[in-house]
Amino acid sequence: MSIFEYNGSALVAMVGKNCFAIASDRRLGVQLQTIATDFQKIYKIHDKLFIGLSGLGTDAQTLYQRLVFRHKLYQLREERDMKPETFASLVSAILYEKRFGPYFCQPVIAGLGAEDKPFICTMDSIGAKELAKDFVVAGTASESLYGACESMFKPDMEPEELFETISQALLSSVDRDCLSGWGGHVYVVTPTEVTERILKGRMD
Amino acid sequence: MSKVAVDIPPKGGFSFDLCRRNEMLTKKGAQSPSFLKTGTTIVGLIFQDGVILGADTRATEGPIVADKNCEKIHYMAPNIYCCGAGTAADTEAVTDMVSSQLQLHRYHTGRESRVVTALTMLKSHLFNYQGHVQAALVLGGVDVTGPHLHTIYPHGSTDTLPFATMGSGSLAAMAIFESKYHEGLSRDEGIKLVAEAICSGIFNDLGSGSNVDICVITKGHKDYLRNHMLPNPRTYVSSQGYTFPKKTEVLLTKITPLREMVEVTEGGDVMEE
Repeated sequence: MSIFEYNGSALVAMVGKNCFAIASDRRLGVQLQTIATDFQKIYKIHDKLFIGLSGLGTDAQTLYQRLVFRHKLYQLREERDMKPETFASLVSAILYEKRFGPYFCQPVIAGLGAEDKPFICTMDSIGAKELAKDFVVAGTASESLYGACESMFKPDMEPEELFETISQALLSSVDRDCLSGWGGHVYVVTPTEVTERILKGRMD
Repeated sequence: MSKVAVDIPPKGGFSFDLCRRNEMLTKKGAQSPSFLKTGTTIVGLIFQDGVILGADTRATEGPIVADKNCEKIHYMAPNIYCCGAGTAADTEAVTDMVSSQLQLHRYHTGRESRVVTALTMLKSHLFNYQGHVQAALVLGGVDVTGPHLHTIYPHGSTDTLPFATMGSGSLAAMAIFESKYHEGLSRDEGIKLVAEAICSGIFNDLGSGSNVDICVITKGHKDYLRNHMLPNPRTYVSSQGYTFPKKTEVLLTKITPLREMVEVTEGGDVMEE
């Protein structure tokens, strides 16, 4: 068993027209036993920047605490929020610092940058950045998510259509993965508002 | 006084905090994860007035194609570029680190960076880590002493060659170079040969794929030809794409309006007398 399969997770982010969506499943398990079905895997850094952390739950939470700490120091010093690109470099540096004893965590970063340009990015557990223009995926359901997103994604979707697409991609993918599922959690972020939705999914 | 409670941001270097825990987890049967690899074809050659570097654009994670169009030709200095193969995080980190050291060196000396400087910095870092920093590089550039091409292996050994290949597709690419390379190639011939070598890697090596990136460096000038060739375009896209009528079952919706950012003009309006 890989350590990534201990808790199970599915994460996906997609770019739309001047907006983005980031979604996760809600299961926390210990191998095949489910512990919780309302587990938070997507965290807010500021209004227009979100990070999803897949992999080992304990490392995900530790990493999140360190990131919030570093972001708050940045806010105090610079009196502004971090740009998504900057934040991605920060996450990458923090992960690469532990190159030889990594956090077992694969992050997905999504945010609105300057002039509300959407930015999405994923990394491996030692901080190799993978910038994409369309969608990024992570977690135990990543293989099925790649397939679903590859066929369902269209460029320049409006927020409503983006929500339907990302939700369908997520739900259909987690149904083919034992270790993730039990509903979904979707954030759709536009320049004016953040819409958070809880999805109903299969409970088996 | 006891230890300071907060961990202040570190100054640099690796942290080995989690090594013992991770080793314990591995012993208990939890496999460590695989990392993102470039699994690559990267090449370089010297032509009559400079150096040409080439790379494919596939990144892999085990058997999965993780990125179909990644950048493998890294910036080192305005006159030096470097292709990276191996663990993606290592090639990225090592080239970024040396490129910033070179920038500082240029600020200090006020001269153009030399390729051998970059070469020495890279090889000493890699040698220090005894092959654990898994970066295989092709370094090329033109400096005051002329065009240079080097290959650097993960353990820190280096070669100086007129034409070089690296990565999993190196054999496929070297086959092309060995049969067609000769001294004094023109710019167009050089680009064509590099593109052919990369294509050989793309089509014959499973670890390499997608597009061809090329970087041409000549005295005082460079051309970064990102996606110079696109031999593998998507052919299976349906014209309308999938559409979903509203049918996803939503249990809860929470809408948070974002505050408008207020523009504050510096200095403000001058008050009327």
